[in-house]
Amino acid sequence: MKANCWISPNTVEVTEVPDPSILNSRDAIVRITSTAICGSDLHLLDGYVPTMQKGDIMGHEFMGEVVEVGPGVDRDKLRVGDRVVVPFPIGCGACAACLADLWSCCENTNPNAGLAEKMFGHPTAGIYGYSHLTGGFAGGQAEYARVVLADVNPLKIESDLTDEQVLFLSDILPTGFMGADMCDIHDGDVVAVWGAGPVGQFAMDSARVLGAAHVIAIDDVPYRLEMAASQGYTTIDYSDTDVRSRLLELTGGRGPDKCIDAVGMEATHGAAHVQLYDRAKQAVRAETDRPHALRQAITSCRSGGIVSVIGVYGGFIDKFPAGAWMNRSITLRTGQCHVQRYMRPLLERIERGEIDPTRIITHRLPLSEAPHGYDVFKHKQDHCEKVVLTP
Amino acid sequence: MPSPPHAPLRADPLTRGLGLFSAALGVPQVLRPAEVARALGVGDAPRHRTATVVVGVRELVAAAGLLGRPHPAWLWARVGGDAMDLTLMGRALRHHDGRGLQRTVLSTAALAVVTAVDVHAALTRSNRKETRRPMELTSTTTVTRPPEEVYAFWRQLDRLPTFMAHLDEVRDTGGGRSRWKASAPFGKSVEWDAETTADVPGERIAWRSLDGADVPNNGEVLFLPAPGGRGTEVHVALNYRIPGGAVGKAVARWFGEEPSQQLDDDLRRFKQVMETGEVVRSDGAPRGKQAREEFPQHPAHPLTDDERAEALA
Repeated sequence: MKANCWISPNTVEVTEVPDPSILNSRDAIVRITSTAICGSDLHLLDGYVPTMQKGDIMGHEFMGEVVEVGPGVDRDKLRVGDRVVVPFPIGCGACAACLADLWSCCENTNPNAGLAEKMFGHPTAGIYGYSHLTGGFAGGQAEYARVVLADVNPLKIESDLTDEQVLFLSDILPTGFMGADMCDIHDGDVVAVWGAGPVGQFAMDSARVLGAAHVIAIDDVPYRLEMAASQGYTTIDYSDTDVRSRLLELTGGRGPDKCIDAVGMEATHGAAHVQLYDRAKQAVRAETDRPHALRQAITSCRSGGIVSVIGVYGGFIDKFPAGAWMNRSITLRTGQCHVQRYMRPLLERIERGEIDPTRIITHRLPLSEAPHGYDVFKHKQDHCEKVVLTP
Repeated sequence: MPSPPHAPLRADPLTRGLGLFSAALGVPQVLRPAEVARALGVGDAPRHRTATVVVGVRELVAAAGLLGRPHPAWLWARVGGDAMDLTLMGRALRHHDGRGLQRTVLSTAALAVVTAVDVHAALTRSNRKETRRPMELTSTTTVTRPPEEVYAFWRQLDRLPTFMAHLDEVRDTGGGRSRWKASAPFGKSVEWDAETTADVPGERIAWRSLDGADVPNNGEVLFLPAPGGRGTEVHVALNYRIPGGAVGKAVARWFGEEPSQQLDDDLRRFKQVMETGEVVRSDGAPRGKQAREEFPQHPAHPLTDDERAEALA
């Protein structure tokens, strides 16, 4: 089959690889009908995530039709012919983390847990197409994929919604929603979202759905800010505006009640010297992540507010504003998305028309043009917001 | 536990003697390098003097270590220094111009004797307790199943190899005895008989190898109810007497066998089997329990038919 594989930093290639097969008894094989490029795939492309190997299949947002199930799959849950969306973190549904609805912290699905434990203190779940640190599972930017523990993870789509309406249930819609959910939004809350990429857009939509009075988008890419503005959100372009002052202005000096970091480890900063400082430290491995958005969210948030982090961090940061965080009673909430917790309720919101996930799609390409998709997405060319690939 | 103080070394005549010997050599080498070099019959050219001062400083450092903060590392440092001196003297002998050759030969012979004493001291004074103490490994995990069920699974010894990387086979031979077969470093395999020494249903299993085992060992597993109804805490303690003592352990580590990590991974797989039914495989780590031996791994794309057959074998 054809698959989009990581070759080296900044290079992905669509190549011929063997078809997937059943390795565990509860596996299923899915013929992929739609898949997408995620902002976090760019961290892999850019070489910021360790343990990538030449030939690793990329992609953790995919859906399709079940074409084979292993002998251990519970047939009441999944059968050949089912149409499914596959969540990016692999859960087992039986460990303490999964039982507590913390699926991305599953204790059983990362065969390289020993490695992850050294990096993070405790291991985290296996993830499709996301380095060997998260298990070395082949990704979904391919014609077929092996789905692990297939009777607890995939979401069956039984209505006639299109692929584009439900594909993002695999990652970015639940991720954006969890960003807003962790904010514990009350009536009248002002929510600021750093990053107007796909996840940021969905965090804004979710904040509004959950009752925010006012949503503010912070980015420096004009077309992404326009996309947010078109939904009625206030925008701040950090390349020409001092973010903290503007946020104070917009909130009567209080600061946003809730802040969402939808940027993560490769943030850029409006001030060149600050950007250079972190870029240099990252280059010499004195820090692995550039935390501008997180720093700004913590210092801008009102006292007693919540900072919700859904942008991906991988290692260590420098100059964490611990003083602001501690002295002003700020709550920090975090996590790779527990997709399985949110899939079904979000599917219902899509069915009810409360959220339209298709609004962010700007590019539809065949799988064979995946490298071009990465290119326009990474360099924000051609007003690229979200690339959907079809095999 | 912090490493035990080497208080006995402070009173050890050989260690003290070698410390004083280092000092006695180091002082003249640093203060009068030319005379010392001439006495050794190696000439007193600037490079000979420099080499002598360097060796002298090293001797003084070793003396300070051995007399001030005695530790076997200082004895091994002396052995290293001897190797360096033998190299220097060997070079002096090869390039000798004949003047004072006899003195150089005598110095080299004396050095060889000193080296022998140093090696003896280092070997006999190193980790005297540790070499006799078995290797102790402990690990623990929590499984979301009641203690009776977790105990019952472990009690079926023939299932242990499904999640313990080193075990190839365990057979219940009856009467509380069992036959164990495990793989050892360098592709070797070891077998032994064991007897169950404790068996309390739902609580505890303990065993020890019988006389004649290549790697005498004993172990214990406790099954404790986790607080808050969260299942069972599994606490494993293993003791091994590795052939070759500390050296054997170091060699095993050098070849990638980190025993405590192995046990942690074994328990992780035990938990997987208990909670999900089997050891989870990925394209990168398709061989289940052998995952750790495979870095760099298979790329995260599907296996060929041959690779798959081998991985599932």
